[in-house]
Amino acid sequence: MLEMILFASIKVVVVVAAVLTGCAYSTLLERKVVGHMQHRMGPNTAGPYGLLTPLADGLKLIFKEEIKPANIEPITYMLAPMISFVPAILTFAVIPFGKDNTFFGHDFTLVLSDLNVGVLFVFAVTSLGIYGIVLAGWSSGSKYSIMGAVRSSAQMISYEVGYGLSIVGVLIIANTLSLRELVELQMLPLWGTVSFLPNWFIFSQPLGFILFLTCAIAETNRAPFDMPEAESELVAGYHTEYSSMKFSMFFIAEYANMIAVSAVGATIFLGGWHGPFLDTMPMLSVLYFVLKVFCFMFFYIWLRATFPRFRYDQLMAFGWKVLFPLALLNTIVTAFFVIL
Amino acid sequence: MNEIVRAIGNVFLKMPKGFVVTLRHFFKKPVTIEYPKKKKPMAPRYKGRHYLERYDDGTERCVCCGLCAAACPSDCIYMEPEENEKGERFAKVYEINQIRCIYCGFCEEACPEEAIFLGHEYEFSSPDLNSFIMTKDKMLVAHPRKENPFKKLIRKARKVYGTVDK
Repeated sequence: MLEMILFASIKVVVVVAAVLTGCAYSTLLERKVVGHMQHRMGPNTAGPYGLLTPLADGLKLIFKEEIKPANIEPITYMLAPMISFVPAILTFAVIPFGKDNTFFGHDFTLVLSDLNVGVLFVFAVTSLGIYGIVLAGWSSGSKYSIMGAVRSSAQMISYEVGYGLSIVGVLIIANTLSLRELVELQMLPLWGTVSFLPNWFIFSQPLGFILFLTCAIAETNRAPFDMPEAESELVAGYHTEYSSMKFSMFFIAEYANMIAVSAVGATIFLGGWHGPFLDTMPMLSVLYFVLKVFCFMFFYIWLRATFPRFRYDQLMAFGWKVLFPLALLNTIVTAFFVIL
Repeated sequence: MNEIVRAIGNVFLKMPKGFVVTLRHFFKKPVTIEYPKKKKPMAPRYKGRHYLERYDDGTERCVCCGLCAAACPSDCIYMEPEENEKGERFAKVYEINQIRCIYCGFCEEACPEEAIFLGHEYEFSSPDLNSFIMTKDKMLVAHPRKENPFKKLIRKARKVYGTVDK
């Protein structure tokens, strides 16, 4: 019993630390990649290749003065960053990030909690983050904040539909909601016949994957769907009135959300921690998982550097008139083939 | 329906093009010059801070004729002439107010003695206003030259138009 608690706490600490470090370094990655795509260097002053930049940023944000506007709602104003921050971290509770192995004679599962409704949990928790945004916008008492919050809530609710429906196809095929079982299913040969390819759901659900990717980007409020914080129109959207650590909590939440969505995408569509040579070296599985998440993150950044922001009405029309019907179609077609 | 078809077309036909463009630029070399560490070589005719030339034997070229001050559109050159023991004119005081100066280079063009030139130095900001009054000792090039001259000087030797009795 004691060992279980010890193992569990070690895992929690490691995962939270890894996610927070990941958030910090994805900011650096983003600035570097976008910079190079625009023929700039990106940050390169703090440390070799600017590797200490996130640290410097963090220190700066901690020591910044906290400015509170006059007409805020103090309690909600305080709570909002936490509300958006916690669900982002919470997602990692159910994501399997490596193959089970033994560690000094004990079974050591590389997942914090193997929930049998893992997918449902992930989708429920990621949707909670929106409360942080709405409360932040409302309690700031600023027109930019409330505009950002309203846009964000409308956008996230709209895209939630497509987001949820996009993976229903996978769930119909897999017949399970547990993320661990989903990964194990994807280790089989493709469609049970093609032996040199894994049964990753991206092969059987390509449309579902594209829909998931699109909705995930909209869900995390990233470019080109970054309506809530459209700099050119809304200053910074819902976190305009925040400063110091409260601002950075929103920032971390955004990046943690990105990583969480990437991890979910990697688990559901790209086979999670699955990859070659796992029988001989089980710890490679963590590397594979990180690599897949990195690919998603790179795609996020690449997309941001490539496409301009949607107009708001185009965004809503796209969500309801394109993504939603396509996701429905995908579900129906999948269900049809499964019944056959 | 139309919108769906258009969206699918965009995703598969048009968006990849955009992605390829950014990816191609990602692998190109940044155009940034990391300024304080690396400096771009200046164009040969760049007009930076002034300097006063000398002859090869070390005597000053400037004879304090005042043509540069006359040509100066921003009226930033001040000079006081004096004669040396051989009876040659030279500038006792030669000052350029570099805050007034517009770096047009007219002084360089007006100078009959090839004495004043605009150099390549451009980093002379200072918190002290008085340091912008460039005096002669700051502007004259060091006598055994440390660097090669920026400009090719046509007149190598001094022309002496007659002698003065002592």
